[in-house]
Amino acid sequence: MKRTTLILASMLISGTAWADTAYEAVAFVDGAVAESLTGTPGDAAEGRKVMESKALGNCVTCHQVTAMADVPFHGEIGPSLDGAADRWDEAQLRGIIANAKMTFEGSMMPSFYKTTGFIRPGDAFTGKAATEPLAPLLTGQQIEDVVAYLLTLKE
Amino acid sequence: MNANAIKAMLTSAAVVALSCGAAVAEQEPAPGVLVINGDIEITTEVKAPDYIDGLDMAYSGWRFRASETQAFELDDFDNPGMIFVEEAQVVWDTVDGSEGKSCASCHDGPESMKGVRAVYPKWNEAAGKVTTIEDEINNCRTTRMGAEAWDYNSDTIRSMNGLITLQSRGMPVNVAVDGPAKETWEKGKELYYARTGQLELSCANCHEDHYGDLIRAEVLSQGQINGFPVYRLKDSVLTGVHNRFKGCVRDTRAETYSPGSDEFRALELYVSSRGNGLSVEGPSVRN
Repeated sequence: MKRTTLILASMLISGTAWADTAYEAVAFVDGAVAESLTGTPGDAAEGRKVMESKALGNCVTCHQVTAMADVPFHGEIGPSLDGAADRWDEAQLRGIIANAKMTFEGSMMPSFYKTTGFIRPGDAFTGKAATEPLAPLLTGQQIEDVVAYLLTLKE
Repeated sequence: MNANAIKAMLTSAAVVALSCGAAVAEQEPAPGVLVINGDIEITTEVKAPDYIDGLDMAYSGWRFRASETQAFELDDFDNPGMIFVEEAQVVWDTVDGSEGKSCASCHDGPESMKGVRAVYPKWNEAAGKVTTIEDEINNCRTTRMGAEAWDYNSDTIRSMNGLITLQSRGMPVNVAVDGPAKETWEKGKELYYARTGQLELSCANCHEDHYGDLIRAEVLSQGQINGFPVYRLKDSVLTGVHNRFKGCVRDTRAETYSPGSDEFRALELYVSSRGNGLSVEGPSVRN
């Protein structure tokens, strides 16, 4: 019953797909999120696409990933993601992507699942105002897919 | 300690930072000396002012650009921004408005503007606020010439700003941060560190904490504005400070402020002060 309520709340609050957990209902424990955001296992190949796409995760703008050397120009703002799966488990990776500030206080990394609480929230890259809640930067499934890909990065 | 030993130490420090999941620290730009037209020496690095906590050294954005972009600034014949300065020279001498005056009617040649760019934005007692060069151009037009104010972000005003700026080339930026300007400066500082938009990024995240680092294919600069107005190769026009601020804020997925807003005036004063001591360099060339 509680789960049903959460899902309904999710639809009402974020307007995202049926299966996605609302950001407000995501349980962070020491920065980690144990429960899947969708209940559907992540697809690593899709996750890789999310990471390289400027319109989606755009992860390589800040992070270097040796396994993605075919994608040109990796940034050096954040740490290399090589060996990410050796350093973090699935729940920790999910938490870091959903809201890295729960793991690293004051992190520069955007919170990819957060929908409210922004300073001057804008409508994507138009410069115009937007009303919260915003659609998250990535859907629950896109985050699950990125987690699946990151779990393949072992050294 | 020789350079290689220092480099090895820095590299191992970077590896430690990576393995801890900490962000990589800012990096100094490569050495470089800028002399324009063979005689105007430009200070492109200087010890940052004491009131700027986040910087030890201030570097002109010129230092972070590729050598082929840097080369545009060595000779004004190669600087595409000078075309707009020449256009502004014509406007300077052209009568406009009900009073039958041009800029030259009161100010003679534009060389009378020497030193102006170095100290703006600046407190204006009559206006009761900090004003920019754009504000003062429009102040002259509306109160002295009886002419219409130009749009704050118009090509005309950017070009005129370029002509005025050129007269101070090589002089140290020296905006006042205390006295009556103090409150505006504090407001600008607050804006500099505010993490705006859905990406929750402040000016400081990129330009204080990560200058010298690659963001995709671009090297981040300190976001210094001593080179404004700037000719950006991708825009092919002179760009004003507020217009550039707007682009950056927009890229944080935020609602931007407008060029000519009090918020951007305050931010311009604060960001200028972060480069106090660098040379006035505009019109500069960047990519």
